[in-house]
Amino acid sequence: MTVGDNVKKYLWIFIKYFSMIFFSFVSLLPIVSCVITAFKTDAEYQNTNVMTPPESWLNFQNFIDAFQKADMGRAFLNSAIVVVIVVAGSVMIGSMLAYVLNRFTFPGNGLIRNLFLFATLLPGIAMQVSTYQLMYQLGFINHLYGYIILMMGTDVISIYIFIQFFENIPTSLDESAYMDGASYVTIFFRILFPLLKPAIVTCMILKGVGVYNEYYSAQLYLVDKKIQTVAMSLYTFTGPLGSKYNLICAGVIITLLPALIIFIAFQKQIYSGLTSGAVKG
Amino acid sequence: MASAAKTNKSERPFNFLRWAKSRKGQQTLIIIGFSIIPLLLLFTFTYFPFVKMAQFSFYDRNYIKVRGFVGLKNYIDVFKRPDIFKSLWLSLYYMGGAVVQLALALYLATIFCFGVKGGNFFKGCMFFPYLINGIAIGFIFKFFYTRGFVLDTVLQWIGFDLENLPYWLRDTSINNVSLVATSVWKYFGQNMVLFVGAMMSVDASLYEAAELDGANKWQQFKYIMLPSIKTIVMLNLIMSITGSLSAFEPPYVIMSGGGNGTATYFVKMHEVAHTSQKLGLASAMAIVLLIIIFIVTILQKLFFKYVFKNAEDEDKGAAAKREKKLAKLRAKEAAR
Repeated sequence: MTVGDNVKKYLWIFIKYFSMIFFSFVSLLPIVSCVITAFKTDAEYQNTNVMTPPESWLNFQNFIDAFQKADMGRAFLNSAIVVVIVVAGSVMIGSMLAYVLNRFTFPGNGLIRNLFLFATLLPGIAMQVSTYQLMYQLGFINHLYGYIILMMGTDVISIYIFIQFFENIPTSLDESAYMDGASYVTIFFRILFPLLKPAIVTCMILKGVGVYNEYYSAQLYLVDKKIQTVAMSLYTFTGPLGSKYNLICAGVIITLLPALIIFIAFQKQIYSGLTSGAVKG
Repeated sequence: MASAAKTNKSERPFNFLRWAKSRKGQQTLIIIGFSIIPLLLLFTFTYFPFVKMAQFSFYDRNYIKVRGFVGLKNYIDVFKRPDIFKSLWLSLYYMGGAVVQLALALYLATIFCFGVKGGNFFKGCMFFPYLINGIAIGFIFKFFYTRGFVLDTVLQWIGFDLENLPYWLRDTSINNVSLVATSVWKYFGQNMVLFVGAMMSVDASLYEAAELDGANKWQQFKYIMLPSIKTIVMLNLIMSITGSLSAFEPPYVIMSGGGNGTATYFVKMHEVAHTSQKLGLASAMAIVLLIIIFIVTILQKLFFKYVFKNAEDEDKGAAAKREKKLAKLRAKEAAR
């Protein structure tokens, strides 16, 4: 190796790690600054620069205040109800439809696939104009169940993930079970559904995070404070509390924690789920 | 199904239970039973509103009262009202942002594929913003961009003078760029994860062979990585056009509904529908956007058909090209 090669090699290593560190810094900076501010007392917040570390990293007062002011206990309960039901519903609906579409040829099979595919082209927010009226007529506004049903109805990605997964399960499995006298319902619930586990985990995470973070429909349809979700509970901090950033940041950090925990626990599934969803789309 | 039942009846008395137990009957029942709920939901919450919206777009109405049929007037208004038309132009900022975002994601994904110590940690840091809810992002960036706060402080560390820095969200010459930056911040990590996934699907021995044959990093990128991810990059690029047209979140959550000339088309539409309660006009806006999205999607399909013919051909072509380039490199090496 010549000297020039050596210089090139070290330059490459430098560029590589500089890019990594720089962009990780850019990604974390807004969040870290929030964490710093969340630990500051009112006096500290007013008198120090935002990037100065707080005097005590154990000052959890803001978190307690934010949690109580925004009634987050209630919000977490609501979000938990919504996420659990929507995720369970989506997994059931998605896997059942995928089973039918993948295992049986029947007139309309292609049509159903195309109807769902076409639906992905219609951006949800564009449709809200008339969806709102529909929700109003159904009496779904300001009810948790209305919002839950709406959230379940607009899921296409999980159907695709399940169809993809079914393609890799041999049909001979169903066939032999049928020969042994099992009904199709039994085949699906007893034999195939347990095999779908990896796909189910992927769908649960993607859908769960998506529903937990949803705020646009939530603020249209969940007006009453008692049924607000976690993302919406942050709206408490607009208005008179709008400049108390130490309190706001604490609230923001609280809402991030569930997503962070899920992310750390299921990193691999999230990455692979995204990749498989994107390749199909 | 009804006719099948009838013909059955003429031969022998139709027995539903017996039919339901037959293979054909079981299949029919499970197909109907398993697809009825998803289809019901799909039609109720996607196609029914879609048809309604198309109908609304020809009327002057609010949520409760219909004031009358107005024909194409709403559509004409979409193009005539300067505020609406201007909001469509804002999409260009978001398209620019999307290009930056894809380039950045591609660059970082390439680095990951060459191997980085602690790569998973870096990847996690860059990906995490994608998982933050919109309202939290709104607060985080209101705070981030406030005069003298996070961004200004960091810029002062590297030698900028506060006096020369603009008001990131108030100054109309820069605020749209600030907002687009938040969108890039949220999505570049997610794009990068997609690209890494596609790049990793290439056989690793290919890189080793190339390395042994003296191909440098740039050549490895150009001849091995790029062909393998061409499709997904193009797909993302085209999708970003439709994404830019429907940009919504940054102005809606950070600017509390698009003040200071940051209202994108969707934000404007939300305002027309829910604040001014002009349902007809908002519906027409949505339909215009959908038509644009369809055109882009069809162009994209045609483009793919024309450029790649089909995925298999593309892979073969790319592989052949790769082989040829590698052979050339080998020959060069041998000559030296």
